[in-house]
Amino acid sequence: MTMLTKAPPPPARFLDEDPDERPGAGPYPGVERLPARAGGRFTPYWLLLPGILWLLVFFLLPMVYQASTSVQTGSLEDGYRVTWHFATYWDALSTYWPQFLRSVLYAGSATVLCLLLGYPLAYLIAFRAGRWRGLVLVLVVAPFFTSFLIRTLAWKTILADGGPVVGALNALHVLDVTGWLGLTAGERVLATPLAVVCGLTYNFLPFMVLPLYTSLERIDGRLHEAAGDLYATPFTTFRRITLPLSMPGVVSGTLLTFIPAVGDYVNADLLGSTDTRMIGNVIQTQFLRVLDYPTAAALSFLLMAAILLVVTLYIRRAGTEDLV
Amino acid sequence: MTTSSTARNTTKNTAKSTTESTTESTTRTMTNRGGDVRLTGISKTYGSLTAVHPLDLTVPQGSFFALLGASGCGKTTTLRMIAGLEEPTAGTVCLGDRDVTRLPPHKRPVNTVFQSYALFPHLDVFENVAFGLRRRGIRSVKKQVEEMLELVQLGEQARRRPHLLSGGQQQRVAVARALINHPEVLLLDEPLGALDLRLRRRMQQELKRIQTEVGITFVHVTHDQEEAMSMADTVAVMNAGRIEQLGAPADLYERPGTAFVANFLGTSNLIEAEVHSTNGDDVVLTAGGGRLAVPRARCAAPVRTGGRVLLGIRPEKTSLTHADDSAGIPAGRNRVAGRITATSFSGVATSYVVDSAACPGFEAYVQNIDRDPRLVPGAEVVLHWNPAHTFGLDTAPAARAGAAEAGEEART
Repeated sequence: MTMLTKAPPPPARFLDEDPDERPGAGPYPGVERLPARAGGRFTPYWLLLPGILWLLVFFLLPMVYQASTSVQTGSLEDGYRVTWHFATYWDALSTYWPQFLRSVLYAGSATVLCLLLGYPLAYLIAFRAGRWRGLVLVLVVAPFFTSFLIRTLAWKTILADGGPVVGALNALHVLDVTGWLGLTAGERVLATPLAVVCGLTYNFLPFMVLPLYTSLERIDGRLHEAAGDLYATPFTTFRRITLPLSMPGVVSGTLLTFIPAVGDYVNADLLGSTDTRMIGNVIQTQFLRVLDYPTAAALSFLLMAAILLVVTLYIRRAGTEDLV
Repeated sequence: MTTSSTARNTTKNTAKSTTESTTESTTRTMTNRGGDVRLTGISKTYGSLTAVHPLDLTVPQGSFFALLGASGCGKTTTLRMIAGLEEPTAGTVCLGDRDVTRLPPHKRPVNTVFQSYALFPHLDVFENVAFGLRRRGIRSVKKQVEEMLELVQLGEQARRRPHLLSGGQQQRVAVARALINHPEVLLLDEPLGALDLRLRRRMQQELKRIQTEVGITFVHVTHDQEEAMSMADTVAVMNAGRIEQLGAPADLYERPGTAFVANFLGTSNLIEAEVHSTNGDDVVLTAGGGRLAVPRARCAAPVRTGGRVLLGIRPEKTSLTHADDSAGIPAGRNRVAGRITATSFSGVATSYVVDSAACPGFEAYVQNIDRDPRLVPGAEVVLHWNPAHTFGLDTAPAARAGAAEAGEEART
């Protein structure tokens, strides 16, 4: 440092501090002041119209309808009338809070598993796949070519009692551990929480991999070289450079996985049992079997509120708006 | 006004401290604290493509060394092998007495200023500069980082993100980020390539100032011959994966060893000539019916009577006299008679293209002191110059081939 503390020569004014060198001055100053083309003033609104109509008809109207349903009372025979009966919300929550909790737990576990499986996969595709990159990406999306139901039903066969997967897990004493954790029961995987979480993980993995891949792929490989050049080990480079720069992908991936997984009922229906019912199953039953529309509508709104709450807290925490 | 006087000051300081640092580095070598960069038989091949042919190179500690060459000549690959970002196919890289060939980049006491700067976009200027210190486990970095930012005059930008800075500012962050680690060697990979001409000149002076101030070995890769010559103590000209010639900028310019160097560094007029005889310390050559002399000591080619030599002369070292006045040319100067085919006026000088029997398209720059109105296209003239400024080169086909390419590149 001694050499550096020597008084530097009289500070020179840098040419790059000229106002026209400032970023943002841009090569085309005044472009934004160009007058809008005549008659084009309403063009943006016309372009927005189809989208607004779509949201109005398929989002806002059903929402209003459901909101009114949730505060109705009555019976199927007598018909339902709006009586502003907000107690339905409280009743629904106090009756079905275990399913709410379970949904968040299952969806949360599936999201974490997706992240653990998806991050290395996305990393490999982005940095190591070379000319296989396109093919691997197609393979990630390929399961979507078959129906969601068929794919979930296939897991029923994969995890079937006495099947090779369960047999292997049993022989390796994995089921003893998961059984002790309360994830499986005895020598079964099907109809246990583990099966439901596995199904959710499988079904939502591409929603995690694709955003992760997109954000990893955008990272300039020379940043890795620069970090290595500045004494960072490969692990530190990952922790200090790659991971922070891929945070937008992590956040959007986890949201795209968690939000649909919380409301999912197919996995719990096909791979679970009555002990693994998620809130989606309850809503489905209330709407289609019990025909208790107010409770079903109230549950839907509670689920929406819960997701909004969790997501808001999460985004606050992740602080993605700070990322480039 | 202010800017120009400051610039002059800086230049003066630079010149003074260069001498200081040279003495300093000599002392260091003497006391065997040698931090020289030594490349021994280092080469790099990618499949069937050879980027760098086996090459030996020593960069003395504390010197400003430039690797100069056109794109694809292997200069960046050589630099990356020193940094550890590229593994050599063969050979060794030594820093002082330490063989670092097998060390990964993060274990080498070497830092790089990347061509694209490669600043970390999610960290502010302060954290970018502090990165290397933190990785080496240094906790209290504040003072050092602030001093370093002062050195590159970015103190006020410390908390801004790199993308909010201008190109020149980003470049200085990149330099600060590397320099703060006090590497044994600082590698610069065309760091000024993205800047406009005016700013580039400024940063050249700035880098030179910093180098003399901190006394660290700089290895600078560039394709800009003016940049290499004005900044470096030693320049190595690379061509097709080989070092063509190495030396102080003035030596390289005054006595190029190959046709490639003669054309890549500035412009040269090359005349193919036959060895006629030797006369004391001079070699007498014949070309286009005339006789030309070149000092034997300035002849890089083997001299034997009847053999062929490529004779070179810089355009600014030739004088141009109208044929009518040729009687007034002092004796003992090399002369070539010809006819002007083109002239171009550039203010300080006029450049003439002269066709002659010895050499078509001979270029001459004449300073605009007293302009002779007769020197217009079509005029018969005599080109003449001091034989001591002539240099002789090998006519070997390989050397010629390189010259043709280099000539094209230099002219475009």
